[in-house]
This record gives sequence, C-alpha cells and structure tokens, in this order.
Amino acid sequence: MSSLLDLKDLRIEFPTPSGGVAVPVDGVSLSVSRGETLALVGESGSGKSLTALALLRLVPAPGRIHPQSRILLEGTDLMTLDPAALRAVRGGRIGIVFQDASTSLNPTLTIGDQLRETILAHKKLTKPEARERAIALLEETGIPEPGARYGAYPHELSGGLRQRALIAIALAGEPDLLIADEPTTALDVTIQAQILELLDHLRVSRGMAVLLIAHDLGLVAGRADRVAVMYAGQIVEEAATARLFRSPAHPYTRALFRSIPRIDTPVARLAPIGGGVPTPDAWPRACRFHPRCDEVLARCSVEDPPVVPLAPGESVRCWLAVRGVR
Amino acid sequence: MIGSLAELLRRAWAHPSARWGVGILLAFALAAALGPLLLDDPSAMPDVVAGATPPSAGHPFGTDHLNRDILARVVGGARVSLAVAGLAVLLALTLGSAVGLAAGYSGGWVDAALMRVVDAALAIPRLFVLLLLLVVWERIPLGALILFLGTTGWFGTSRLVRGEVLRIRQEPFVAAAIALGASPWRTITRHLLPNAAGPVLVAATLGVGDVILLEAGLSFLGLGIQPPTPSWGGMVLDARPYLSSAPWTALFPGAAIVATVLAVNLLGDALSAALDPRSA
Repeated sequence: MSSLLDLKDLRIEFPTPSGGVAVPVDGVSLSVSRGETLALVGESGSGKSLTALALLRLVPAPGRIHPQSRILLEGTDLMTLDPAALRAVRGGRIGIVFQDASTSLNPTLTIGDQLRETILAHKKLTKPEARERAIALLEETGIPEPGARYGAYPHELSGGLRQRALIAIALAGEPDLLIADEPTTALDVTIQAQILELLDHLRVSRGMAVLLIAHDLGLVAGRADRVAVMYAGQIVEEAATARLFRSPAHPYTRALFRSIPRIDTPVARLAPIGGGVPTPDAWPRACRFHPRCDEVLARCSVEDPPVVPLAPGESVRCWLAVRGVR
Repeated sequence: MIGSLAELLRRAWAHPSARWGVGILLAFALAAALGPLLLDDPSAMPDVVAGATPPSAGHPFGTDHLNRDILARVVGGARVSLAVAGLAVLLALTLGSAVGLAAGYSGGWVDAALMRVVDAALAIPRLFVLLLLLVVWERIPLGALILFLGTTGWFGTSRLVRGEVLRIRQEPFVAAAIALGASPWRTITRHLLPNAAGPVLVAATLGVGDVILLEAGLSFLGLGIQPPTPSWGGMVLDARPYLSSAPWTALFPGAAIVATVLAVNLLGDALSAALDPRSA
C-alpha cells in the first residue's frame, strides 16, 4: 500500500483575546495509505475535527495553519495550492461527511440538485449525464427508489437516508480519501451500524481510503485498520487496531477503554477519567495528560514525553514506554 | 433559487395568497391599461365651480374638489404609483442584495468599508439629496424619481441581507458545500441567496407600501409627481382639507393604496413560503 496522504507536523494557531496564541492542534503527523481506514479517536476538544478541516485547508478564521506544516496528497503539498486548485481537491480528491446530515444539507435545494452540483463541480458532464450519475450514487449508497429521492428535499427524508445522501454527495467527485467526521453521532444505534457498514463497503468497492473520526473507541473496533488516539492537540498513541485493543500502551488509551462497557469482561462499574480535556490556550506543561493520569511520574510534569516507536507505524508519546524509566 | 425561477413561481402559485395578490395587481394593471380608452382624461379641468360631488351613476367614485372624476384619477394614478413603487423597490432590492451579499460573504475590511458607507448614507436625509436634484431639474422626470427612490432605498436591505448572510454562513451546509469544492459564486447564488431570500422578500413587500407613501409625501412638497398628473399619494393629500365634507375624495385613492400594499404583501408571503420547502 502506497501512502496517499502524509500530514507532517500540523500546527493550528488561534489568536486569543488576551493577545496570546492558542494551539488546538500541535504537531500532528499522520499518514493514510490507499484503501485503508484510519481512525482518529479522541474526546471533544482534542482537536480531531479541526485536524480534518485542516486537511482541506478549511480552518475557520481567525485560526491558521502554521506555514511549516505539510499536507502532502500523493506528494503535492496542499499548503502551496491556489484557490482554484484547492477547490479541485475539495470534493474531487478528498471528500468529507459531516456529523449532522439535517444541518449539512441545504434545506432549499433537492437532494438531486445538491448531488448534481457537486458532480458538475468536478466532472465535465452534461446535465442529463450528471443526473444519471447522481441517481447511480443514490443507489450505491443504499437509498431505496433513487429516482424518486432525487427530487426530494432533505426534510422529506429520514435521518438515516439523509446521512446516506450526504455520503453520496461526498462521493460525487470520486475522491481517493473520504473523511467521515463522526458520521453517526446524530443517529440511532441500529442506523449507526448500517452507516458504518456502508462506509466500509464503499471503501472496498471504490478502493478509497477512509479517515474515520470518532470519540467512541467501541465504534472503531473491527472497522479501522489503524487507530490514532488524540489528546489535547497531540497524537498520544498510534497503533494497529488489534494491537491497540489487546494492549493499549498509553495511560490515556487505557483509561478510555476502562470508561466504556465491555461485554467480554465482567466489570462492576465503569471508571470515568477524572476532569475534562484542558483548553487549547492552557495546555498543561510537559505531558498534557499528566494532571489526569493515574500512573503519573515525577518527570511527567517537567519534561515533554518522547514519542517512542513500538513497531513500524506504531508509537506512543509517554515516559512509561521509555525503557528503565521507572 | 429553488431549482429554477419557474419552479419557485410554480410553488408560490400553489398558495391562495399568491393568487389573490397577483389578481389584485393584475386588476390594477388592466385598469391602468384600459382606463384611458374608457374614462375621462384624469388631468382635464372640468367645471370647477361645481366642486366635489358624491358618487353617482356618472361618477361612480364621485368627483374631487376640482370636480374631476375620481375613478379616472385613481386609474390614472395606478400607472404612476405602481410604476414608481415597483421599479424603485426592484432597484433597491437588487442593489441592497448585491451589497449585502458582498459584505456578508467577504467579511473583513470589505464588510467594514461597505457597512460604513451604508451608515454614512443613512445619515443623509433623502429629501436633502432630492433638493440637490432640483437644482439640475426644475421638475423631476418620472425616470429620475424612480432612480432616486431606488438608489436611496437599498441601505436597510443591504444590512438585512448582510445579517442573513452572516447567519447562514455559519450553517454546516455552507461549510459542507465549500468543503466539497463549491466555488464562491455557487456558494453565494445557490446556498446563501435562496436561504436569505425569505426575510428580504417580506421586507421588499413592506418597501412597496413605504415607497407609495413616500412618493405621496414628495408630491405634497412639490418634489414628486407634479399636478395635474394623478398619483394616489397626491390625491390623498389633496383631499385632506375635505375629509369631513367630501370623505370619498380620500377614500378611493386610500383604498387603492391599501389594496396594492395588501396584494404585494400576500405575494411576498407566498414567495417566502415557497422559498422554504419545509413549509410546503
């Protein structure tokens, strides 16, 4: 598998009202190979959604991507592209599905209009050809009676169908990478499974890579090839999904697992992680997790923890992983 | 707009209020077109001595203080008042929407500059500018009056549109469209404008009433439509001294103003409902 997307040292800066700089995403590096699913997991406020927006150069003002950051899509640095070239990437090379389909669709346009518009933005087709392709996309995303739904307005569809339509629109430009930013948060549990199933099916049938953003490790199990765990604007652990679930290396990852119910082990009670994610204008010194960590060492609050490689493509940002540190 | 303009109009037409509104406006337009063939010359000066006479078989709406047929004058006034109100509001709406979209979409210094211009423009009284125009023209031609009312009537609209655009720009569907490669032009015309159009159309319909009344006020000051050309506002103001002795002189032009404003409001309601498919 060759590398499709290489994110190198992504740093996003926001000016604070007091004149300082907040850094909600601080030195994130990721790579996504063709055809694989990478899950980016973290709590609200960890910077995962902002990272996704940055891949499309869509960090909301007044935030900015640090000019030294590199977003390489098959070797092309998106940081160097002009607006027209960026538009071709958005939707054409990288598609994105947002959380809530009820607000992510324009209420005044039919599903078909919105699909056709995105198709025509990326493909040189006549309107009837675009219509044909739009209906094929609706069918591909499992929408029953695609011909009839083509003329439907978003409010006329159920939540699950709306999310499918949103996915169809994201696929309109035939992207190589689909970013799914918590695509199932607004849905019922049974529909959630169907949508994730659909994404996986589309990934295989189209040979497309998927960046799945989630706050729920349980959602990721069995669907992602690799998982990157994000905390306070940094990636704290990156591993193959199986290894991560078998032996999580970072105390934060372990704490995440203890906070979700598991069916295979009889646990009396769930263990929540005390406190909340700190805010980007006041990350803790040194290891950002140390105030909430139950395995904290003396040096954790003094020195930045190193990123320790565990295997090819696997690493953990923790002092505990350094041999002989205890 | 929704699919196409034809689609929007078709959806609006499904509302009874649109049919009423269009019906009333068509009736006025028809009367304005056919009136000159069937009725007296509204500007003619008949037997002045007779004064105002109440409605009768010969004069269904009665006559005014100069014994002119009020029916003929209401019909004649329809041409002037509707043309002035319709065209001036259309012009104001276009200018206001363009400036509001530009300001709201661009943000930053473009927004700041445009809105400061609007602030400054709002501080200049319209009548003052009109007096300046009177230096150029002894009597203001109809076209110039429309141009004047249109180009000085868009400031409020631009603020309204800007506000709507700022609100809609925050909606996830706009972010989604941009994230999937929509160009600025597409974003503005397909995503921002149709979703901002509802309140703007309602404001425009209110603007029609405003312009008719403003034109009346201008005529009263001798700055607008000059007598003996009839306009509804001018007729109401002419009738003011005779409200108790000859109430019909104010009643019929007043009713024409009310009917027109009502018709445009009904149309505006139907249009804004048609723009929002959720209300269908």
